[in-house]
Formats: sequence, structure tokens, C-alpha cells
Amino acid sequence: MTVESTAARKPRRSSKRTSAAKTPQSSEPELVQLLTPEGERVEHPDYEIDLTADELRGLYRDMVLTRRFDAEATALQRQGELGLWASLLGQEAAQIGSGRALRDDDYVFPTYREHGVAWCRGVDPTNLLGMFRGVNHGGWDPNTNNFHLYTIVIGSQTLHATGYAMGVAKDGADSAVIAYFGDGASSQGDVAEAFTFSAVYNAPVVFFCQNNQWAISEPTEKQTRVPLYQRAQGFGFPGVRVDGNDVLACLAVTKSALERARRGEGPTLVEAFTYRMGAHTTSDDPTKYRADEERVSWEAKDPILRLRTYLEQQELADEAFFTALDEESEALGKRVREAVRAMPDPDRMAIFDHAYADGNPLVDEERAQFAAYQASFAEEGN
Amino acid sequence: MATQKMSLAKALNESLRKALDTDPKVLIMGEDVGKLGGVFRITDGLQKDFGEDRVIDTPLAESGIVGTAIGLALRGYRPIVEIQFDGFVFPAYDQIVTQLAKMHARALGKIKLPVVVRIPYGGGIGAVEHHSESPEALFAHVAGLKVVSPSNASDAYWMMQQAVQSDDPIIFFEPKRRYWDKGDVETDLIPGPLHKAATVREGSDLTLVAYGPMVKVCLEAAAAAQEEGKSIEVLDLRSMSPIDFDAVQASVEKTGRLVVVHEAPVFYGSGAEIAARITERCFYHLEAPVLRVGGYHAPYPPARLEDEYLPGLDRVLDAVDRSLAY
Ligand SMILES: Cc1ncc(C[n+]2csc(CCOP(=O)(O)OP(=O)(O)O)c2C)c(N)n1
Repeated sequence: MTVESTAARKPRRSSKRTSAAKTPQSSEPELVQLLTPEGERVEHPDYEIDLTADELRGLYRDMVLTRRFDAEATALQRQGELGLWASLLGQEAAQIGSGRALRDDDYVFPTYREHGVAWCRGVDPTNLLGMFRGVNHGGWDPNTNNFHLYTIVIGSQTLHATGYAMGVAKDGADSAVIAYFGDGASSQGDVAEAFTFSAVYNAPVVFFCQNNQWAISEPTEKQTRVPLYQRAQGFGFPGVRVDGNDVLACLAVTKSALERARRGEGPTLVEAFTYRMGAHTTSDDPTKYRADEERVSWEAKDPILRLRTYLEQQELADEAFFTALDEESEALGKRVREAVRAMPDPDRMAIFDHAYADGNPLVDEERAQFAAYQASFAEEGN
Repeated sequence: MATQKMSLAKALNESLRKALDTDPKVLIMGEDVGKLGGVFRITDGLQKDFGEDRVIDTPLAESGIVGTAIGLALRGYRPIVEIQFDGFVFPAYDQIVTQLAKMHARALGKIKLPVVVRIPYGGGIGAVEHHSESPEALFAHVAGLKVVSPSNASDAYWMMQQAVQSDDPIIFFEPKRRYWDKGDVETDLIPGPLHKAATVREGSDLTLVAYGPMVKVCLEAAAAAQEEGKSIEVLDLRSMSPIDFDAVQASVEKTGRLVVVHEAPVFYGSGAEIAARITERCFYHLEAPVLRVGGYHAPYPPARLEDEYLPGLDRVLDAVDRSLAY
């Protein structure tokens, strides 16, 4: 495991201007990589992976379709069909790699950008759009695919994942749990508490941090002074940094962490070092806070391109494969577009529908008043 | 008098600028308040002009933001913290309720906590979950906090000045759907006390009481009622804790009827407090029970249903009619 000691980092009494101090985080961090940005296959002593041509093409297909879905959702937001969209552009490898490492009986606790993981879980992508269109707060049954609802309050779900994992362990089951969160989220107390609980109770949970370098306008330096994966050490479990734009490495590292959890050896923190190529959400304007050159430099590390290069160079996929995939992408885009436009507004009475599981007389009273009030308009012929 | 027309958002920005300019102990802290200028641009340009030591981008941790603001206040600073949206104040709720609110009393008055917690609140902007809530009653219920909300640009400017100068912690709720509404701001006015209500429309048949985003709706309702020959008085409470009950009482003694309007759920809301106190104070003047219009006892719905959930003109007028029918 790549648990780095923090001893090398000399504590420095900062001068008066603490805010100007830089994080001692090297720009070329040590990370697990199995496929270089140039599409070259490399080995790592701790993370072996042997995939068939079919499996490799499958990962590529997952990433392409996820990106296509994401692009369609962004376009739909621009056209006013969605109120908001949180794009995963650039994070496809982190999500597909980790998502494909999961077993069906594992349980996923996502934040709000895990469209690729949802794809791997078999959640129909159109279901992800309801909350962004404003017709519901979720739109899928978390237990159908063991994929929990999106969580908007930053960091909360890491505790839910930990508790769920504690339950898994109590049940004597050998499934594992994975919690997704961002580099910004790593600052939340909830995340620190999740680390504490998972370590103390040896919970079978993998913390998968997608460090996409930004929390809206704040760079990772505004969240941490040590590389994030090193945090785990202080809590008593291993942390590893993986090239988040390398789908093979993400798959291998997550698989290994999940297996560790299944063996009863407790939590792992995986930091997928990646980049948010788009805006934080469609409401955000990244030109206010980040330089174009940064994005351009990350484009060279595009997760999809590098796998394509590998597939082509190794002759693992032919032209027919790519053409068919293009067609499949277009069909997916069309399906999503049509599904969103056809998505009906919810019934008004839905406001009251699930406030309580056991019912509540106050809600019943308000529902009746609301219905009578709405009916009064109908009577007036309005 | 220097009068300028500006949006409520710009008025807050100007007011924060003035606060930073006037007192070197004033700090601004929060997520994305620096280069971005906050997600609503309320702190736009302030870091550029006052530096990273005065306008501080914090880690993404609300408990941390409020907790360290308390420490800074103990050291003599006057932090103004930004919580990005209403639904994200709860990680900081512990610090606000158990520490910020009570420390002055616990220290027998020996320490002061001049902290302003700014919270954009309320619905009507088509947002996703946790971005549209009105949790003011949860704070007003806690002794030691003052809870205020401006409804227009001028109040935004002046109430922020007063909040920063106050030695008590202030929860400053900003009506986010009114950020872009413009109004006149007199930048050299001497404002009345922070907790004073304002009569924003005179009338004789019924009093509407509101604050923040609902003041505009009530003014529109009063104008619509006028066309039907009803004379409605509208009070902008401005402060939800303390509440200017004298002003409400005076108005109700004149009109005999009261309807309280807010976006927050009616159940255990600020309308309940107003109804109870005014019933006590004005029992013999009231010609109808005090009515309340507000949200339901249900989670804030998805955006496509928020127009049904939020009190609009029709629901306010309906309550006015019901009151007048007694
Ligand atoms: C408790 C809380 N505070 C603030 C926000 C507003 N907010 C939404 S996303 C975000 C940045 C999150 O950054 P990060 O955790 O790095 O994840 P990313 O969006 O980059 O994937 C913020 C501040 C929130 N949703 N919840």
C-alpha cells in the first residue's frame, strides 16, 4: 500500500501572511498509474490487472456513453429543460473505474456528480435528471441498484456509508460499501467523523475522494496542507492516490480496497487525482477564478483519449467498434432528450405525499385545506 | 443626500465594502467569497480591494467557519461570515446555538461576540434541494441571537451596517430571490434601530405583516385589494428576533385585523409567535382571529412545485378575504 509518511514534510512556523503560504503538495504527485496519458500500459507492483479485450472495450464504451449523457444534460440545461446540471466532464475514468470494481451486492453512497457510477450500477440515466429538472428530489429507489440518492449537503453521505458498512459487518455479510466525495468535502467535520467511526469499528467501507482540484472556486490548497490520501494514516487506515484519469488504475485500486474491506480489514481512502474540466455546475463561471492554461494542460490527460489510443495501438478495437459506439451515443443522447422533454411536472398533491411514513394528522389537515383551496379555482372557472 | 439606485445584492456589497473600509477589525469569511465574490456575487471585488487577510476563502466546513469566527471575535475581530445557502447552515448550527448564542451570557457579559452570519434564504429561484429553505424560526427560538432580514436595497444596506456594529451575534437572512430587485439607497441616512418594523403601506381595514421576500408579495396583494376597495396596511417586520410588537400592536389597534405572511412552514413558525402575542395584546381590538399564511408541514418541494408551496398573491388575498369575512 502506498501510505506515505508525513515526516518528510517539515513543519514550518508560518510568517504573518499565512494566507499566502503554499501547500507543500508537489505538482507531480506520486500516484498509481497503469495507463499513461500517452496510452501506454505500465506496471505497478501492488496493482496487477489483467483485462480481456472485451472488458477493455467495455470500459471505453462506459466512459464514452457517460460523457455523451453528460454533454446532453448540459445542453438540456442550456435549453431550459433542466434548472441545473453538475457535469462530470473529465472524471469519467475515476467513476467508471471505481464503479466497475463494485459487485452487485456492494452499496454506493454518491454525492451529486456520480453519473458515471450510476451508469455502472444500472440506474437509468434519465432517472438522474429529475432532481435537476426540479420534478423530484431523487427519482430512483436506492435499493434497486444499491445506489443511494444523490446527497447535496457536502460530506453527509460519508457517515451514512460508514453506518451502512457497520451494519454489513454486523450482519456478517461480505459486501463492501463505497462513499464518493470531493476534495472540498474532505474539510467537513462529517468526513473526519466518518473516518473516525470507520476506523474504530473497522467498517468495510471505501472512501473514494475525487480530487478534481476545485471546490467551486477554491483550489485544493484551500482545503488541505497535505495530500489528501495521507489523511487516512492519522485515522489508522491506508490511503492511496491513484491517477484519476486512468480507468485501469482506478479499477485496480478500488478493487483492491474493496477486497480489503471484504476480508474484514477495514476502510481505505482512495484519492483519485483528476480534474473537473467543465464548470462546477451550469450556474458557475470558472473564468472568474481559474486560468485556461490549467484546463488545457489537463485536456492532454483526457481519460477517454488515452484508452482509445491504447485500444487502437494494441488493435483491440476496430473502426466498426468506434462507429457503432458513435451511433449508440447518438441514440442515448436522443433518448435522454426525449425522456426529459416528456417528463411531466409532478402532481401538486405530491407536496404532502411522503412527509411521513406513518402519516400525520397535521399533514392530512393541510393537504385537505390545500386541495379545497385548489378546487376553489376550478369552481370559479379559472 | 447621496441617493443611488441599486439592487439589493449591490447594496449589500456596498455595505460590506463600507464596513471593511471603516473598521480594520471587520473580516469577511466563507466559501468562495474571494475571487468568485460568492455564488451570488455579494462579496464581488472585495478580496481584490481588501486582500486575502480581510476577505478570506475558507475550507468547505461550516462548523469550522462559525467556530473560528467565534475565536476571532474573542480576539477582537468582527467577522462577517457567509453561509452559501440556507440548507448548509446546519453543520454550523451546533456552533451557532450552543456557543455563539450563549457565550456572552456564560461569561456574565465579560465577552462580546460581534459576529454576523449571512444566510441567503428562501425559495422562488428554481433551485435543487436545500437551496430554498426558510429556517429563521430555528434561530429566533434561541436566546442570545438576533435574527433579521431586509426586504429591499435600502434596508439591506443599513441593516448590514447596524449588524456589523452590533456587539451581539446577528443572523442576517438575505432574501435571495430579491437580490436582483432595485431600490433607492441613501448612503448617508441615519437609520432607526435595527429591530424597528417599518410601515411600508398605510391602510385601515387590515394589517399584513411580513419580512424578507414576502414583503413584496404583500405589497402587491395590498395594491390588488385596493382595486376591490379594501385598504390594507403592510408592515415590514425587518427583525424576527426581537420583534417590534409595539408597531404590530399599533397597526392592529387601527385596523382590527391581522394576517401574518412568511415562506417558512406555518407550524411553529414566527407567525405563531406573532399571533399569540398580538391576541394577548389586542384581544379587544381584534375583529377576526389572527391568520397565518406560509409553507406547509412538508419538505420544501422540488422546484416545479414551489409556486404551489410558496405563498403567492392569491393565497395572501384569500386570507385577507377570510379575515374580512368574520
Ligand atoms: C454543507 C454544504 N456547504 C456548501 C455547499 C455548497 N457547495 C455545493 S458543491 C460545493 C463544492 C464542493 O466541492 P468538492 O467537495 O470538491 O466536490 P466537487 O463539486 O468539486 O465534485 C459547495 C461549496 C453544500 N452543498 N453543502
